[in-house]
Amino acid sequence: MAHEQHNYLNHQKGIWSWLTTLDHKRIGIMYFVAIMSFFFLGGVFALLVRAELFTPGKTLFSADVYNRMMTYHGAIMVFMVIVPGIPAIFGNFVLPIMIGAKDVAFPRLNLMSWYMLMIGAAITGSTLFLENVDTGWTFYTPYSSIKTGMGVIPMVLGVFIIGFSSILTGLNFIVTTHKLRAPGMTMNRIPLMVWALYSTAILQVLATPVLAITLLLLIAEKTLGVGIFDPQLGGDPVLFQHFFWFYSHPAVYIMILPAMGVISELVATYSRKIIFGYTAIAYSSLAIAGVSFLVWGHHMFVSGQSEFAGVLFSFITMLVGVPTAIKLFNWIATMYKGSIRLDAPMLFAIGFMFLFTIGGLTGVYLASTGMDIHFHDTYFVVAHFHYVMVGGTLMALMGALIYWFPKVTGKIYSDLLGRISWVFIFSGFNVTFFPQFILGNMGMPRRYYDYLPTFTELNQMSTFGSWLIGTGFLVGLFGVFYALLKGKEAGNNPFGGKTLEWTIPSPPPHENFEKTPVLTGGPYEYR
Amino acid sequence: MSTANHTGGFHHAHHFDSAEHQYESSKQGIWLFLVTEILMFGGLFVGYSIYHSLYPQVFHAGSKQLSVVLGALNTVVLLFSSFTMALGINYVQRGLKNKAIIALAVTIACAAIFMVVKFFEYTHKFHVGTVPGKYAYTEELSASGEKVTKVGALLAEANKLSVAEREHKLHLDETEYEHLTLLERTKNWPLFFGFYFVMSGIHGLHVLAGAFLIFWVLLKVIKNQVGPEYYTPVEGVGLFWHVVDLIWIYLFPLLYLVG
Repeated sequence: MAHEQHNYLNHQKGIWSWLTTLDHKRIGIMYFVAIMSFFFLGGVFALLVRAELFTPGKTLFSADVYNRMMTYHGAIMVFMVIVPGIPAIFGNFVLPIMIGAKDVAFPRLNLMSWYMLMIGAAITGSTLFLENVDTGWTFYTPYSSIKTGMGVIPMVLGVFIIGFSSILTGLNFIVTTHKLRAPGMTMNRIPLMVWALYSTAILQVLATPVLAITLLLLIAEKTLGVGIFDPQLGGDPVLFQHFFWFYSHPAVYIMILPAMGVISELVATYSRKIIFGYTAIAYSSLAIAGVSFLVWGHHMFVSGQSEFAGVLFSFITMLVGVPTAIKLFNWIATMYKGSIRLDAPMLFAIGFMFLFTIGGLTGVYLASTGMDIHFHDTYFVVAHFHYVMVGGTLMALMGALIYWFPKVTGKIYSDLLGRISWVFIFSGFNVTFFPQFILGNMGMPRRYYDYLPTFTELNQMSTFGSWLIGTGFLVGLFGVFYALLKGKEAGNNPFGGKTLEWTIPSPPPHENFEKTPVLTGGPYEYR
Repeated sequence: MSTANHTGGFHHAHHFDSAEHQYESSKQGIWLFLVTEILMFGGLFVGYSIYHSLYPQVFHAGSKQLSVVLGALNTVVLLFSSFTMALGINYVQRGLKNKAIIALAVTIACAAIFMVVKFFEYTHKFHVGTVPGKYAYTEELSASGEKVTKVGALLAEANKLSVAEREHKLHLDETEYEHLTLLERTKNWPLFFGFYFVMSGIHGLHVLAGAFLIFWVLLKVIKNQVGPEYYTPVEGVGLFWHVVDLIWIYLFPLLYLVG
């Protein structure tokens, strides 16, 4: 009677039951639908930006339109896709199950977080129709506060509300992890995905309020002209950058830590081996979270801060490499002599390690003050952070999607489609962004509408690569619909996972567990 | 004591083991939220201290312009309201419904007094032209082409009048007249009022939010939805209110006294 089973999907019926649901699993799916729509929009903007850069000078549209599309690409991708992505979708779905809880600590707050993301996105998105913003996603003063139009206000207000959504999700996860673990689930037995989400949540709670006040000050500056960022009144536009990066640098780890959690799960499951260095991976998440607060100055090496500050920020920035490398080496040690299965999620995990390593190593270049002067605001930086964020987070997002798809829907995601998607995304990604390292080294500035004719070939290669990435994600999307319509029944544990979510039926029942599990060992007991 | 305020109908949510478990989780969540509040104001405090160290004379001249008496009055009002809030929580925990209602109502009244005092402070600032940033300047330029501030315009008018006429026509007493003269000689003084209005303004919004939340738990007390068995919302709102007070306790010396 498997198909008549009572689960969270058929527990209640109708669209209204979804919009008012307090079930963390349904909220996770609602996040999935919303964030994937934003991702599609942000992706279209990315393709348009790249298309415009196919030839020097005007290719498709004016410089003004280009600036706006670049701004929306950045703002949508950062604030609405990559920051909330993995925690909101997969964190919501698997975190409570992984620790043996029936729900997150505050289900109502969880639903409210989703609505806040929707409201924030709507206000930000409204500027597309009212007055376009052309500041770039960083909203740097004095351009945003004095020069450009009033569209910045709703844009920033929307981001402020999205920030609230992020804070509330993080708060919910921290309390859930502290208070709702099943008996026997000590902090040293929680799956590494939970450790990653927990560290992320700490960052969300501690860093986002600073973004909130920064954005409020920008609004105050624009409406009242309070002078805090205005040199005419004694203020300093660079203070905005300090405030902004005090949030936005930790935010980079809000984006990447959950991805690292996903990779830990994938590597353990697809290597059929107990994870190597559980404690080291777990605590390195906290270490990354801690150090991330002390590195914001590396965004401002050329802003005229003191040399001493430059040296200090350079040193601390390189320090982040230590816990990151600890993770990477432990994953590799886990794979060593493991029974590795190169299923699609594992391919994405390996792709993550490959791309993230390139992103991380080029980060060391940028952390060196001398080299940063050469690379500052060139395409080298663009390539670096796309390798980290896109190569890191989106690879993990795809891996997580295929890995947990059977648990969420009860249907298996076609491994073939997953692999085809991977080939397109992985190769397209390198074709798009590797040439940008070279362009940056040759001196092509970032954000610009036009470039010298010498840069044409590499730019065309990059644009061509963006089409491959686009195709890869479309294949991935097709895979979702294909699996929903024609996917095989999954069973409880199709991939042989050892964490708690694989012990319950797929899709899970409304309250996750028939009876509360009692833990007697760690999460990855393969051999 | 009668036990009219039964909250025995209270059940904890399905994903908690017990009411105690749920209470502890809620409390942790509230504390975490309060951390975010402090961090948000932290950004303002950092900005304030940076500019204070850069332009001590601006902050000195600016803070002279604020009324220490009104600020101190508001500090006392808020401290007292923290006391009545704590009493309110205690009465709810002990099931003393009527006393709890009085304590919470007094707390709301204190919030109202605070906002009324703030209203008078703000309107007076607007009147004498000590407003933030670009609004501190008038449209017309001086003979030398420099921007004229509203304070400057007011002082120019006051200079034409005798001391008694100033009090009568412009509501400027002699000390304030001297303070404004000092202020007008200080470059970039509108920066101080930028901080003053943003910091006290955001704090004021929190006072309003707090008053609204206390009203919400007051209704819960009246409807017997909280009592000795279940008082999480009262305690949570109380903690929020204490943080709002605490922030003012830092704002008052920073804005009114330190300058």
